[in-house]
Amino acid sequence: MAGMDIVTQEELNNVLAKLASILPPRIIDELRNKLANKTLTREQLTELVKTIVNEYYKALIDPGEAIGIVTAQSVGEPSTQMILRSFHFAGLREFSMALGLPRMIEIVDARRKPSVPIMTVYLDEDHRHDPNKAREIAYKIQLTTIENVAKSVEIDYVNSQITIEIDEEELGQRGLSMEDVRKVMEKIKGKGAHVEVEGNIIRVTLENADVIKLRKVRDKIMQTRLAGIKNVKKTLVRYKDGEWIIETEGTNLEAVLTLEGVDYRRTISNDLHEVAEVLGIEAARTVIMRELKKVLDQQGLDTDIRHLMLIADVMTWTGRVRQVGRHGVVGEKESPLARAAFEVTVKNLVEASIRGEVEQFRGVVESVIAGKYIPIGTGIVQLMMEFE
Amino acid sequence: MTTRRKSKTEERLRRILEHEYMPKAEIVPKEEVKEILKQLNAKVFQLPWIRASDPLVRAIGAKPGNVIRIIRKSDTAGVFVTYRFVVPG
Repeated sequence: MAGMDIVTQEELNNVLAKLASILPPRIIDELRNKLANKTLTREQLTELVKTIVNEYYKALIDPGEAIGIVTAQSVGEPSTQMILRSFHFAGLREFSMALGLPRMIEIVDARRKPSVPIMTVYLDEDHRHDPNKAREIAYKIQLTTIENVAKSVEIDYVNSQITIEIDEEELGQRGLSMEDVRKVMEKIKGKGAHVEVEGNIIRVTLENADVIKLRKVRDKIMQTRLAGIKNVKKTLVRYKDGEWIIETEGTNLEAVLTLEGVDYRRTISNDLHEVAEVLGIEAARTVIMRELKKVLDQQGLDTDIRHLMLIADVMTWTGRVRQVGRHGVVGEKESPLARAAFEVTVKNLVEASIRGEVEQFRGVVESVIAGKYIPIGTGIVQLMMEFE
Repeated sequence: MTTRRKSKTEERLRRILEHEYMPKAEIVPKEEVKEILKQLNAKVFQLPWIRASDPLVRAIGAKPGNVIRIIRKSDTAGVFVTYRFVVPG
């Protein structure tokens, strides 16, 4: 080996830095690791770089490649399999999670509310290793109203009195005491009502109230919040990957993120619109990707993440989450014929003609309808003659 | 009371920006925008959009008409740089 052109570490770093403008960071890192304990001659390095760059360019998508069709097939094929399997796991866990195809349709349709909104709440360093501390946080998150802890409620119409008996056992299970109840009840005092808390009995006396008003007041008291965050119906403390986490049914991401003891870096909701609102469109893009991936993984299906990236990209293109359908991606197409070919044909054609829309024949669908060449692959190239 | 409430919103914004799903972002200077668009062979409105009300946009103080550079983590490429055009809304 003596006398040969051995590449020094410094030279190698220079070459890698130059490559960074062409290759993605992940490949550079991999290359650096692979070359860590190897000595190369200058000739070998040149050959290596040439090969890698060549292979990289070969792997890139060509201009004009119909990636949308490939994505549609790659996602569509596994979902036909899911139809057969999707309902077989129902009721296995504490949450009746929407799984399989229904959940996938929900994501792609960008429904306002998912059928089972779930938050995954991660905890900070102080709380994540102890189930009791995790439970403490769970109490702070789970919504508890008077109704949840009441044993019995009675209305005395003659004396205009509402009597509520609190179940102290239930109260204890939720990490509360009668003192908390008293504090909350004190607040709703006034407005002509007299509140009396005695042991585990709450007596509310109203002055000259009729039946309807009494019932209204009772309902209002029952809905009074004792602890927790609005919209969070249920919590479940779970051990996952070496730490305690909380899963919730019902979401309120904004409120949970500001809570002490919560790891606000990782806590996330499965409601696309909520994430888009609280964390922004880029985070929503990530959630769409992850949620789709989760559904496919659960079903044991292997779809390349790049297809899901394309779906997420298209759905978040305009800065808002929009569905893949006539109210979103397809509905906002420029071409009236392409829109009419998808759904509600007549309505689209009529409205397009009223507005005086012009068909440019630039897309695939409308070109197929008109029998023109489609702008895909070689069809995307146009030739112009140069006059001398 | 007002000061306390204000610091609370600031705290919330800070926490949101530290979220793992939040990419890094910066405003692209005007001169650079031209270069990038030439490289991509695209008009500025053909970039993906982002609303001016988006937390990410507000955090870096971008205005409608700006182009922002988004440096996001990617499962395939490691780190991926992309651009979004800030639109009103």
